[in-house]
Amino acid sequence: MINAVGRDIPEEVLKATGKKVFEGAYAYDNYEYTKAAPTVHAVCDPKRSKLVENIHEALVKCGIKDGMTISFHHHFREGDYIVNMVMEEIHNMGIKGITICASSLGKAHDPIVPMIEDGTIVGIQSSGVRGKIGEAISTGKLRDLAIMRSHGGRVRAIESGEVHIDIAFIGAPTCDEYGNMKANGGKSDCGVLSYAVVDAEYADKVVAITDCLVPFPNVPASISMVHVDYVCVVDAIGNPAKIATGAAKPTTDVRKIMMADYCTQFVINTPYFKEGFSYQTGVGGASIASTISLGKIMEERGIHMGLGLGGITTPMCNLLAKGLIRTLVDTQDFDMGAIESIKTNPNHIEITASEYANPFNKGAYVNKLDFVILASLEVDTNFNCNVVVGSDGMITGAQGGHPDTAAGAKCTIVIAPLLQGRIPAICSNVTTVTTPGETVDVVITDYGIAINPRRQDLIECMKDVKLPFKTIEELRDMAYAMVGEPDPVQFGDRVVGIIEARDGTIIDVVREIKEYEFKD
Amino acid sequence: MSHPNKKRLRRSMMFLNCQKPGLIKDPYIYKPDSIMLDLEDAVAENQKDAARYSLYHALQEIDYRGVERVVRINGLDTPHWKEDIRVCVAGGADTIRIAKTETAQDVHIVEEHVLAAEKEFGRPEGSTLLMAALESCKGVLNALEVCKSSDRLIGIALSGGDYTKDLQTVITGTGVELQGARQHMIIAARAAGVQCWDTVFTNLDAMDVFEEEVKMIKMMGFDGKSLVNPRQIDIVHKVFTPTQKEIIFAEKVVKEIDEKKALGIGVFTVDGKMIDIAFYDGAKRTIDLAKASGVYEGDL
Amino acid sequence: MEVKKAAMAGTLESSDAQVTVEPGNGTIELSIESSVIHQFGKQIKATILETLGRLDVTSAKVKVVDKGALDCTLKARVECAVYRSNDITENLPWGGVIK
Repeated sequence: MINAVGRDIPEEVLKATGKKVFEGAYAYDNYEYTKAAPTVHAVCDPKRSKLVENIHEALVKCGIKDGMTISFHHHFREGDYIVNMVMEEIHNMGIKGITICASSLGKAHDPIVPMIEDGTIVGIQSSGVRGKIGEAISTGKLRDLAIMRSHGGRVRAIESGEVHIDIAFIGAPTCDEYGNMKANGGKSDCGVLSYAVVDAEYADKVVAITDCLVPFPNVPASISMVHVDYVCVVDAIGNPAKIATGAAKPTTDVRKIMMADYCTQFVINTPYFKEGFSYQTGVGGASIASTISLGKIMEERGIHMGLGLGGITTPMCNLLAKGLIRTLVDTQDFDMGAIESIKTNPNHIEITASEYANPFNKGAYVNKLDFVILASLEVDTNFNCNVVVGSDGMITGAQGGHPDTAAGAKCTIVIAPLLQGRIPAICSNVTTVTTPGETVDVVITDYGIAINPRRQDLIECMKDVKLPFKTIEELRDMAYAMVGEPDPVQFGDRVVGIIEARDGTIIDVVREIKEYEFKD
Repeated sequence: MSHPNKKRLRRSMMFLNCQKPGLIKDPYIYKPDSIMLDLEDAVAENQKDAARYSLYHALQEIDYRGVERVVRINGLDTPHWKEDIRVCVAGGADTIRIAKTETAQDVHIVEEHVLAAEKEFGRPEGSTLLMAALESCKGVLNALEVCKSSDRLIGIALSGGDYTKDLQTVITGTGVELQGARQHMIIAARAAGVQCWDTVFTNLDAMDVFEEEVKMIKMMGFDGKSLVNPRQIDIVHKVFTPTQKEIIFAEKVVKEIDEKKALGIGVFTVDGKMIDIAFYDGAKRTIDLAKASGVYEGDL
Repeated sequence: MEVKKAAMAGTLESSDAQVTVEPGNGTIELSIESSVIHQFGKQIKATILETLGRLDVTSAKVKVVDKGALDCTLKARVECAVYRSNDITENLPWGGVIK
């Protein structure tokens, strides 16, 4: 069945998942549903301790068994030890048929791939999959369909009961013996625990794992003891060097700086750039450069950001410190500067992933965004973006908050160099649609800027602005003139994963990768 | 009649290693006035041949969008320069930069081979321009004869690295070691009516020092500078961008001279300054610079 | 042109391609590895074969390891490898069989 972005979703996938096809970014506005609830065990005897000796005991006490769904958060990024630690124990216990529901998985988790091959893990649901896990999914090694969801979509899926978590494992930089968890103050500070909150609230069993047990009460807690069944102290929950790196040096790549300047010029020429505007940007070189150049103009003109949102990096914190941002609202910290800032600046606050981006709550922060600056592997002439599947057909990226912020912001800007090597970023058809084009307003490349024709208002207000405006088709044609027209990736027939839209409908599927064949 | 592009604007001339496909595929995106595709120092001795194939196809197949395509060929003391000239002409390079030029004779030798190549490859005779890099004390002292050596010659460029070695000093960062060469070369170039470019600045961590140097060479009269990194282009262009005051004045000068010439008046005043025909070229150049810098909105 | 001995041109850097030629057994044995094989495999193969055809190479083992090179680079690397296998570096037919 063809969905609203023109993708044919196979009937058998619809049947197998019980899901519907994507009907448009706002089709589920005002949707009525009943939230799911966890089955919990009361702790009313004050003599009962929540402390367990090790992961094994935690698993036994939680009643781990074949076929369960367990969850993880990704605030420790590429420094995470939790996923591997828990999975290794599950594997040793001979448990099979596990589904992992993670807020993201990365290269740090390559060691679990053999567990996909031996049937310990049969399902993966995540907002991002990189490294060898992505390859395992793309080469058809996972038994069940992988489900790729945005950060907001994941919260929705958990709260609506689409996925039910049996046991949540939450790594906490500090924790007390009753389960009050904080993101800072230990050996492995990660700034915030935003993505883990929904897991704590909706999982039947919740295990806090820490390498820094602190005296009770560990408050104010990011995640409260009222949700926590067990507390497990281990030697290390992560590698601090990889959890938070030093702030990235501002890029010296002229191409990125040029795109960043285009971006800033665009932003300041929209009607949304005014006192109190709201803004989110990513971690790419061009995004960071645009934050820096925008900051200079804000300073010159005395314009303040009312709300800075998102995954946070040092340049945003610098603007906060300078008084150019009123409130910085944070779901993830990408560097040390951001972690320091949330520890010390009272105007830098932690929110939950639901508050950030859940499309099925009663209004998320993303809905209040004026601007979001995003990147993309591919953008097609309908402005659809692909941020998950690489040019080789392999799952290699993350929706993260891309579809959420794009849907929420008044002005969604995607920055992408026209060519990555020989691969054109602007193309006729993206390999996989992960963010619908109706929510993407502007694409900025080193070769020019295209405004989505749906946004005649933006086209009108840029009429006299001196920037290299082009149509999206012109950008594509320029790219094809240089590198040739790319052929579509040769996939096999088997569907190995689905890309869920924010609302839980299917926006696209990912098929099994197949060895390239020359067709003579 | 001399070549129409002989005096085109050349503020920024950026070196690119011909042997690096990633570098030469779209440098026009940085909007330099000229790129200098390098067959000489940047290319390893055992890759000289490989660089030529890349150069040929780049010249033939990549649309450099109006950016001048200069090729730096290997010196006349190497076994490479003859084939370098053939490939440049066959590929249709706009200009050949002659490395290590010391005498007018050097230019004549290159010119002879260029002409032969133009005939061999069916290119219009005289279509390939030349520029000479002066890299030794002898070359610098012979600047005037080099400048006058050929109709094809668009100008001379200082190559400070080799030149300071020949002087038995180094690039000090103060500029003192280059003073004489710079002053001598710009005077020679102007005397011969050709252009003149300053040497490269290689410390990319000292962009402020670079900017000061660009300001200085602009004041000295240079047309531009050889560059090693796209980060340097914008700075050069900014320094060479005329102020609004200069543009308005230049515009008045050009218009008044056009008008007064018709009336047979030779000397007159603009904004209280005595003006005559000698101001015309300078004023035109200011307008051209303003146009290239994207800051001119008048009708000249 | 005959491929007289093994020769190589190009690098494994991004946007480049490394081409190796060896004397063949009367046919072109072509192997292509590319980081962009799905999108451009067909075009890469066509460009390599056209270039070999222009050079009149009919017997060779040709191995291409492509890192997203444009056609102009692929041609340059093939030509360079073939001429190197003949030790020719001068008086090349620019605009003739090299085009």
